[in-house]
Amino acid sequence: MNHKERACIVGAYEHPTRLAPDKSVAQLHAEVARGALRDAGLQASDVDGYFCAGDAPGLGPLSMADYLGLKPRYFDSTDVGGSSYLVHVRHAAQAIEAGHCDVALVTLAGRPRSEGSSGTQARAYNLLAPESPFESPYGLVPINSYAMAAQRHMHEFGTTPEQLAWIKVTASHHAQHNPNAMLRDVVTVQDVLASPLIADPLHRMECCVVSDGGGAVVVARPEIAARLKRPTVRVIGGGEAIGYVDSAGMDITTSAAKRSGAAAFAEAGVAPRDIRYASIYDSFTITVLIQLEDLGFCEKGQGGRFVADGQLVAGQGRLAINTDGGGLCNNHPANRGGMTKIIEAVRQLRGEAHPAVQVKDCALAVAQGTGGMLGSRHGSATLILERA
Amino acid sequence: MKDTETTAGRKFPAPLLNPENQPWFDAAAEGRLLYRHCRACGRAHHPPRTMCPHCHSDHTEWKTSGGRGAVYSSSTLRRGVPVPYCIAYVSLDEGVTMMTDLVGFGDETPAIGTRVQVRFVPAEGGARVAVFGPEEGA
Repeated sequence: MNHKERACIVGAYEHPTRLAPDKSVAQLHAEVARGALRDAGLQASDVDGYFCAGDAPGLGPLSMADYLGLKPRYFDSTDVGGSSYLVHVRHAAQAIEAGHCDVALVTLAGRPRSEGSSGTQARAYNLLAPESPFESPYGLVPINSYAMAAQRHMHEFGTTPEQLAWIKVTASHHAQHNPNAMLRDVVTVQDVLASPLIADPLHRMECCVVSDGGGAVVVARPEIAARLKRPTVRVIGGGEAIGYVDSAGMDITTSAAKRSGAAAFAEAGVAPRDIRYASIYDSFTITVLIQLEDLGFCEKGQGGRFVADGQLVAGQGRLAINTDGGGLCNNHPANRGGMTKIIEAVRQLRGEAHPAVQVKDCALAVAQGTGGMLGSRHGSATLILERA
Repeated sequence: MKDTETTAGRKFPAPLLNPENQPWFDAAAEGRLLYRHCRACGRAHHPPRTMCPHCHSDHTEWKTSGGRGAVYSSSTLRRGVPVPYCIAYVSLDEGVTMMTDLVGFGDETPAIGTRVQVRFVPAEGGARVAVFGPEEGA
């Protein structure tokens, strides 16, 4: 399909709050929905497609459609954790291109910080899963799942703690320019390695923040996008995949981003070398390193060298990542970082990132999400976005 | 080695038993480690399923593992929990890998490749689960 015929992201909004003890989750969904629609120059009555995931209170999209006063003729509540919202944008674009809806709204919101959530706690959604009796007794939680992937990556490829720490250092260099970021202090490799070891080899500073808030995007058909005043971002490629452990052929150093990324790049007709900005899901440092390899930005096993020495800091290397400070420093609302990945990619393509981190003439970007747990099972979604 | 020596203070959340996984836990209660093997394609898998995930055959069967293997990966969770514990994947000598905890190694996280041997400890609710400690006679 000609890129000019592709569905477009016409509105994006990241809630500025990082702590919302006095608001409900539904209320936060409503605030980000209105924010993204205002950004687009559209109204709730224009929305005929609605997408949300497990952070939305209620059964699938039912309660939030009611709460928001929407009457969608197309909806989808696919939940693959933090990668859900990238899947939603892809599904929304497909639905629009198939004529099933014209304006799709995707919302995410939550308040894990107010509710005292932590990555060292088990997640309730696992309890009825068939694997649960063989995992939950052993205390599988987000951080030790990712930590096992990191241990194995270090073992197989010689990746070092210092190299992983550079991913946090990079995020902190970007976050210093973001007034809404939770953590704005620039940190060094030494700072990261001196922070407490939580689950070896991962230190506290290698974990994303726990923040309240949310975000939303609006996807529309190109004819509608052309009538709106804001810069248009086309969705020119997408891919999704599910990764899980093969007990008869173990490899927890490769993620499903290898498949979702290959599909997205093939659909877009571009390659990683064409990309100057990438939003890469950063629940933990190791998440970034493995996805960069699997998307093809470097060879498998070379991620440590690729991320070190400031090579991913905006203005310093050939690729900039997570210029808002990412989940590691800026925001990880609802414990799900996929929406903010899309939003910062949109800012870059619109030329609206902070001037200190704006990639010059940014015409093509990747947004990549990993939801669930890298060391057990996870969803992966990749979007290739193009400035119209 | 007694349970109390290897798992001091650690509580293992109760597994949710169902008709499909009950035989595995029945064997664990008797000190036997089972894994599922497919007669149609010859491959093993874990966690156990009646229908083979490799070939969708129903011709799967329980096999008893010798209970020895090597650490595939591991990590000790040291903060935010009442008692630190070491989660791991252990690759059994029969060629199938399972999630477990490592016990009896003190504060250290055993290196990848460390030889280990199964033992069974009671989880909350009474069912026994398989954990791995240092290999005996190694």
